Amino acid sequence: MSDKVIFFLIQVLNGAQYGLLLFLVASGLTLIFGVMRIINLAHGSFYMLGAYLAFSFAERTGNLWLAMLIAVPLTVLIGLLLEAALFRFLYDRDHLYQVLLTYGLILVLEEVRSIFFGDDVHGVKVPDFLNFSLRLTPALSYPVYRLFMSAVCVAVGAALYIFINHTTVGMSVRAGALNREMVQSLGIDIGLIYRLVFALGVALAAFAGMIAAPVASVFPGMGNQILIISFVVVVIGGIGSVKGAFIGSLLIGLADTFGQVYAREISGMTIYLLMVLVLLWRPTGLFGRAT
Amino acid sequence: MPEPVLRIQALSKNFGGLKAVREVCLDLHLSELHAVIGPNGAGKSTLINVISGELHPSGGSIRYEGREIAGFPADRIARLGIVRSYQKVNVFPWFTALENCRLAAQSRLKSSMRFFRPARKYAEVNDAAERALALTGLAPRAGSFASALSHGEQRQLEIAMTVATSPRVLLLDEPLAGMGAEESLQLLALISRLSADHAILLVEHDMDAVFSVARVLTVMVNGRVLESGPPEVVRRSHAVQEAYLGKEEPAP
Amino acid sequence: MHSYRLPVKLFLLLSLAALILFPSVSSKFYLQLFSKIMILAILAMSLDLLAGFTGLISLGHAAFFGLGAYTLLLMSPEYAAASLWLSLPAAMTVAALAALVIGVLVLRSSGVYFIMVTLAFGQMFFYYVTGARRFGGSDGAYIYFKPDATLAGWAPIQLSNNLHFYYFVLALMVAVYLLLRIVIDSPFGHVICGIRVNENRMRSLGFPTFRYKLVAFMIAGALAGLAGYLDAAQYGFVSPELFGWRESGIVLMMVILGGMGTLYGPILGAFALALLQEFFADHTKHWLLPMGLFIILAVLVLPRGISGVLERLVVWGWNLGARRA
Repeated sequence: MSDKVIFFLIQVLNGAQYGLLLFLVASGLTLIFGVMRIINLAHGSFYMLGAYLAFSFAERTGNLWLAMLIAVPLTVLIGLLLEAALFRFLYDRDHLYQVLLTYGLILVLEEVRSIFFGDDVHGVKVPDFLNFSLRLTPALSYPVYRLFMSAVCVAVGAALYIFINHTTVGMSVRAGALNREMVQSLGIDIGLIYRLVFALGVALAAFAGMIAAPVASVFPGMGNQILIISFVVVVIGGIGSVKGAFIGSLLIGLADTFGQVYAREISGMTIYLLMVLVLLWRPTGLFGRAT
Repeated sequence: MPEPVLRIQALSKNFGGLKAVREVCLDLHLSELHAVIGPNGAGKSTLINVISGELHPSGGSIRYEGREIAGFPADRIARLGIVRSYQKVNVFPWFTALENCRLAAQSRLKSSMRFFRPARKYAEVNDAAERALALTGLAPRAGSFASALSHGEQRQLEIAMTVATSPRVLLLDEPLAGMGAEESLQLLALISRLSADHAILLVEHDMDAVFSVARVLTVMVNGRVLESGPPEVVRRSHAVQEAYLGKEEPAP
Repeated sequence: MHSYRLPVKLFLLLSLAALILFPSVSSKFYLQLFSKIMILAILAMSLDLLAGFTGLISLGHAAFFGLGAYTLLLMSPEYAAASLWLSLPAAMTVAALAALVIGVLVLRSSGVYFIMVTLAFGQMFFYYVTGARRFGGSDGAYIYFKPDATLAGWAPIQLSNNLHFYYFVLALMVAVYLLLRIVIDSPFGHVICGIRVNENRMRSLGFPTFRYKLVAFMIAGALAGLAGYLDAAQYGFVSPELFGWRESGIVLMMVILGGMGTLYGPILGAFALALLQEFFADHTKHWLLPMGLFIILAVLVLPRGISGVLERLVVWGWNLGARRA
């Protein structure tokens, strides 16, 4: 195969990998919005916290896996504390107040991160056993870690799908998204469901930040950057739809990657153009329900 | 019989596989109170929603003063003079009763794209609003916030807003819902008075309630018109008694 | 829609008097700071018209702010000043036209989708301007001369003079406030208030709601363009950041925090956020932390924003005074 075709395939792989990573973050965001009806602007901050915690523990222990094992539960704990202290006051309030409060939360979390971890950009080492590349042509090779990332995201996505569609708890979650009063009258504690969904969303975002760290580095603006793109994904896919988040993330991942490589001048705009086009065609996203 | 102001022919509305309204034919004349009754799910509200333009018909025709209006958007139909009220009270809670009617009456201005004179200075709008309130007996409550009105008064306001738009045709969707016997009678009397100058299509649940005021009665079941005509005739019809009432009515 | 009770009106008049007298006691730094705040207040009021009165929450409003600023850039020759009388109306017109085009596209969406699609347009402007060489790209560009107010050989004000600039902006802020008050009271204003509460009902009463939303969008856009123009005039510097979601977010915060749908609330919100920022930044490098905490607290404790607290305080104080008299 010619170099050009291989190069194209590499971009497809990159786009898919980016998209799959986005999916982890966006699925949490769409679940939280779909089930709890909360717009959480601080979702990107959990991504950032996950990455910084992983970096910090990895530095200390020298082992990225160990770091993740500690950092994910830690981030979830922080998330649950915030849910208990702040988010529960947002459940029935106007979206605007959710936006405002979580915006304040972004500021707080950014500064907390700045105080504890500083403002430097950090690289995280790729674990040794994954730190090699597949040689595709004499000139082009592809890092195995990226393939690993994609595989992990697909596995997590599959697990999420099974959880939501094929377990009883998952069924309660889906029911809670459609009709919370009904779920409560069936004797299921909706508060517990909310906490579960919130913890899940936070864990997904933090985990994404951690596995992306070796590739994307760890830098102060990372939370805000992924937040806005995740929102675009959620809107394109349809709010509340995990399937939509999956397709949306892949679309965005590919569009952004190809945009950067083949259309430099408008590369920043591609994902927004895509969103506008999708919304013109389907005003509530690809799989969204009109709320 | 003069030409009907509203003539509906073979009107249908499907939601996917569900046929909510099937081939309904109906005529409405000026100064006539035409009641449409039927059990829950008969398609009465859907019928109103299609006539008012909030839903697109799947088939059939709606002629208003001879002109085809099926498929027109809701605001255009309202401007033509066909205005509806809602079963679930749909007033503006933080405006006063008068302001609610003023807003409704304002829709009759040639254009509300006026930016500099305060809205309350438009005499014709004020007059229409005050007349509507007086007509529905709400004049003493003009300055109260709509949310502070009792349920019965809110239903009166619902109708007052419709009247304030100076319509020719009123589509009233279950205006008596949730009202006590005494209040229902008063509201029915009001609607009856209104029918003198307008054409009213009244959707209701309860045949007895509308029996005394309706000039024409149409019974709908499962999206279809079962029977239509003067109330006494319809009431005595066997088909209606079987399908709707499920028992023999004693002779009046 | 309702007229304000006397105590609130009195408070507003007293505040205006304070603002008029302010320059006599302030340092140059605070004079410039207050000018900047009043410009933001104009931006916030324009967003209040859209969000607080019409119910259209936009996260892309800064796009029009940026357009106003960049219009001044484009109309300022490198070695001379632009004419105030030409460039200011031009900035507002450009912003209004952009609002017309964008409005036609975005106003079909509602709710969260509307928020996102306005965000998208803001971002698209950001990326376009960042990538465009002639606008200076991500580094921004400078405007070397403040707009010139000369008309027929006579300049009523010198915008390079801090005092003149302050009063110019103050006058514009008051003018925008009064203009918006009149518009809210007009038939048009009543329609958009109705649209915010129940657009469906407005349509079934006979109002073609789309065009009213579009006009509100254009008015808000034009006024945001005015604010952007003034911002560029004050600092002589424009950058793509002006279009971004952070700017849009900050303005929305000012409106919500100050009190949506009150028109003077956003002015309070602008002052509060900007002054708090100055105060916190003076004390710590990590001033975003107390800022964020303040915002969180305000949401939990102030349901109607600062204006809600103000109204209660002012009315209480008034009643107290009235009882004593």
